[in-house]
Amino acid sequence: MSKKYHVTTTVNGDECEFLCEGQQTLLDVLRDELMLSGTKEGCGTGDCGACTVILDGTMVCSCLVLAVETEGGTIDTIEGMAKGEALHPLQRNFLELNGLQCGICTPGILIAARALLERNPDPTETEIRYWLAGNLCRCTGYDKIIRSVQAAAKEMRGGRS
Amino acid sequence: MEGVRYEAPETLQAAVALLAGATGAARVLAGGTDVIVQMETDLIEPALLVDIKKIRETRQIVGENGGFRVGAAVPGMEIVAHAAFCKAWPGVVDGVKLIGSIQIKGRASMGGNLCNASPAADSVPPLIAAGAIARIIGPNGMREVPVEDIPIGPGKTSLAKGEIVVSFFLPPRPALSGDAYQRFTPRTEMDIAVVGVAVNLTLDGGGTCTAARVALGAVAPTVLLVKEAADALIGTRLDDAALERLAKAASAACRPIDDKRGTREYRVKVAGVLAKRTAQQALERARAGR
Repeated sequence: MSKKYHVTTTVNGDECEFLCEGQQTLLDVLRDELMLSGTKEGCGTGDCGACTVILDGTMVCSCLVLAVETEGGTIDTIEGMAKGEALHPLQRNFLELNGLQCGICTPGILIAARALLERNPDPTETEIRYWLAGNLCRCTGYDKIIRSVQAAAKEMRGGRS
Repeated sequence: MEGVRYEAPETLQAAVALLAGATGAARVLAGGTDVIVQMETDLIEPALLVDIKKIRETRQIVGENGGFRVGAAVPGMEIVAHAAFCKAWPGVVDGVKLIGSIQIKGRASMGGNLCNASPAADSVPPLIAAGAIARIIGPNGMREVPVEDIPIGPGKTSLAKGEIVVSFFLPPRPALSGDAYQRFTPRTEMDIAVVGVAVNLTLDGGGTCTAARVALGAVAPTVLLVKEAADALIGTRLDDAALERLAKAASAACRPIDDKRGTREYRVKVAGVLAKRTAQQALERARAGR
């Protein structure tokens, strides 16, 4: 039997305990142990960004974090983005402006876009495109994603451009 | 793979003792953006992972003797957010900015970039051009080694068993100094260098180059420090003739492979062109330091 590690973290604001093996990734634990399957697995090698989460305030690929490393840490996933029934402005604008098709990349893109708007409420299109360069989408051609982020940013600034 | 033992010691001594006492394969874990990929793809199957991120010395950027000491495990996003370091070493920061996505830079470190020993590692040429010295700790104590002496081939370093890169020392900057790193890739983001060039130079009050270091990435089994390329700049005002000699020296130093990113001939040519552009950028930065 492999050794199991007991890990205590805060996930989406709630204290959370789990057991994991040393080589298990945070992505595996989120999806398979904590049943938070909103975070998606794409490449598993840090190239596609589908598994993006916030760990201790920093945007990371959860496929490239060992679950055991998160002891004492804070993790924010897509499941914590809406407040109850109220969607985040990014989520609502992605729906309204068709910023997604198949949806696999969407949780990672939403997490990354929120991290951008927290640092820079009024990014240029170029800044948005470079910030999201680590999030691959194979459906939309990106344009509708960019428009959705721009619309959400405008709304979050209070409708001012 | 199963049963990896994970340890996160809080002191260098404890980390060295763990590695020295390992019975099976052991790996140092910093940001994990290479090590975890290699584990997931079964390239490596370590029995022990020693996470060095809880060790203070690996995680801080501090001033030291007029220069900077940067922890080997400081993530890229912390480096690019450090205003004083960015002002002193913009070329090193150019390299760090090109490592993967924002997500990857949230974890990836210069120590990991160096120890992964890819000839195309983006932060390594500017560190070498900067004259950075790596502090290494191991079972036989501490030693200080120029960064260019650490990679010895693709995926291979000169580190002995159980040694850890702790930090990098970047020396004080004379006035009128500038550095730059440029790489050539088909895409602007999320790509791996076909060629990378770093130039670090210092001017005198009259605009003549008094010191230079030039490093080339992705054109040989290791990143190269090319003395002939630096010599082409020293004593000149980086006029067209000097830049032409720089380009020739850079191209002459290349020993590249053919691969899907570029042929040998192409890499040799691009190395010369990119060396000129990078030297001009370093020159502009040095002049701006007036």
